[in-house]
Amino acid sequence: MSAGAGIRLLLRWVTILPITFLGLIAVTFVIGRIMPIDPVILIVGQDASKEAYDRVYHELGLHLPLYEQFLIYIGDVLRGDFGMSISTAQPVIEDIKRVVPATLELATIGTVIGTLLGVPMGIVAAARQGTWIDSTIRVVSLIGYSVPVFWKGLMLLLLFYAVLGWTAGPGRIAVYYDGIVDVRTGLLLVDSLLAGEIEIFWNAVDHMILPAVSLGYAASAYITRMTRSFMLDQLNQEYITTARVKGLAEWRVVLFHAFRNTLVQLVTVIALTYGILLEGSVLTETVFAWPGLGQYLTKALFNGDMNAVIGATIVIGAVFVTLNLTSDILYRMLDPRAQ
Amino acid sequence: MSASRARAWLLTERPSSPLQAYLGRQYLNARRFLANRTATWGLAIIALLAFVAAAAPLLAPYDPIAIDLNRSLQPPSLSHWMGTDEFGRDILSRIIYGTRVTLYIVGLVLVLTAPIGLLIGCVSGYVGGWVDIILMRLTDIVLAFPSLILALAFVAALGPSVENAVIAIAITRWPPYARIARAETLTLRRSEYISAIRLQGASTARIVFRHIVPMSLSSVVIRATLDMAAVILIAAGLGFLGLGAQPPTPEWGAMLSTGRKYLLGAWWVGTFPGLAIFLVSMGFNLLGDGLRDVLDPRSTR
Repeated sequence: MSAGAGIRLLLRWVTILPITFLGLIAVTFVIGRIMPIDPVILIVGQDASKEAYDRVYHELGLHLPLYEQFLIYIGDVLRGDFGMSISTAQPVIEDIKRVVPATLELATIGTVIGTLLGVPMGIVAAARQGTWIDSTIRVVSLIGYSVPVFWKGLMLLLLFYAVLGWTAGPGRIAVYYDGIVDVRTGLLLVDSLLAGEIEIFWNAVDHMILPAVSLGYAASAYITRMTRSFMLDQLNQEYITTARVKGLAEWRVVLFHAFRNTLVQLVTVIALTYGILLEGSVLTETVFAWPGLGQYLTKALFNGDMNAVIGATIVIGAVFVTLNLTSDILYRMLDPRAQ
Repeated sequence: MSASRARAWLLTERPSSPLQAYLGRQYLNARRFLANRTATWGLAIIALLAFVAAAAPLLAPYDPIAIDLNRSLQPPSLSHWMGTDEFGRDILSRIIYGTRVTLYIVGLVLVLTAPIGLLIGCVSGYVGGWVDIILMRLTDIVLAFPSLILALAFVAALGPSVENAVIAIAITRWPPYARIARAETLTLRRSEYISAIRLQGASTARIVFRHIVPMSLSSVVIRATLDMAAVILIAAGLGFLGLGAQPPTPEWGAMLSTGRKYLLGAWWVGTFPGLAIFLVSMGFNLLGDGLRDVLDPRSTR
């Protein structure tokens, strides 16, 4: 790839990222306007006086023209001001800061599991293209695409927790361990180790296994497919034939020649997977009662807490959009055919 | 005409009419399709889904919404193959009628997204210039949106119902169609037969709608089939969170959500609806994957 094309892609990233954020903010603004509930009544209640109603109406800026309201809204969002949550009586941003580490921890472990499963499966499928191994791996990853995440979660809980009793049940930690460890990073696995509480660490691992495997399997479906495709591209190149003619062992050719050249592309795929898992965590967290951003969002939905819903949507959306666009641009930079 | 003569007629190197050439090509496609096990399995599942939906009143042993509290939460037995839910409703019957809800959602989403995407993509590719830049920027922006989360937020604001769920899903799912249609259009625009039509004085609208749109359909069909698998999962997810079909509609996601409450005592309430969602989503994935192998020889990867 020429340097010029690289700079063009970089410029594209720099322009499209803010525009996409703006689009995301605009969509959430529209969502906030189309809801049939009157936000003023939500605050002052049904029986408030006309004066109280008007005061709140002005405080919320609802008397301003729509474009001014939108500009103010953009400013609020950029400052991280999503308003107050009516269910926790806290600023939404504080709530989000509190619950985000749980989601990050889960999505990270999920991505790691997805990578550890998906990359080897993809390599083997490509190396044995067209054989029964390839078809089996294809079916395994198609199943990963097709299983509803929440059902998979329920079935895992039913089998491994309820019937077999091998793992811990829903939640992030056993009730009697809750709140013992000081919150430093918010990541329970890290915090418990920092505090030297090995028992709590293992309890957290125990709770982590099912939701992380559930997310990891979904991630591995996508990673497998992309790894296989990248590997096939490499294996069909002439330098591979050269390496084979030289008499190198097949596993050496596959791992040290072909696979090494797919690594950079794989990194972009894994970044994208991370974004997808953040979104997928909404349903998974609900099933496993995992106290993260996803569960916060669904609880807010049930409570009609629109500020919290929109705040969580923007945060998940912003991370998703960033990972999505960045991996897309990186992919194009690294893949000459995609230009 | 014997079968072998029919085959010879279809596969002739020198078709004597456009119809013969067309039928011959379709015959080859059909043969490739049937030789592809992935595609045929997928088609079989989707055909079964369509059949069950059409014949639901004949197949269902019970009324899907009739409440019978004396028979609540009964395990699978000979009279209730998949057991009963907390209101004593027969789960098998509800799953059978649920096929209709699923097809309704998938169909509506398709009817909304594919034409919007096709229109935007074809216009963008054919007209070019500023129109292209603006439409494609818009497409890129929406493409980068997380569709499940936005659908959640939209339904939360609009109020839970099947139709709102469909709108919320459709809003974020048209961009892939636009991209495909644009790519196809760009290739076709330079082709000689389009120049020939233009020289005959055809208007832009006529060229786009009568010549370019039909040519990009096969890629769109592949994409749509694969997309349906994802749409089913999102719709079921919305139903699971109580944001889709409302009770007593037998929607699989909503049934699964009840199943969650009774997971430990009555495993069958949640297990079977989930299996149904999985099977149908798998069907669309298999069919789409197989269709891609058959219709799009470039992507054998």
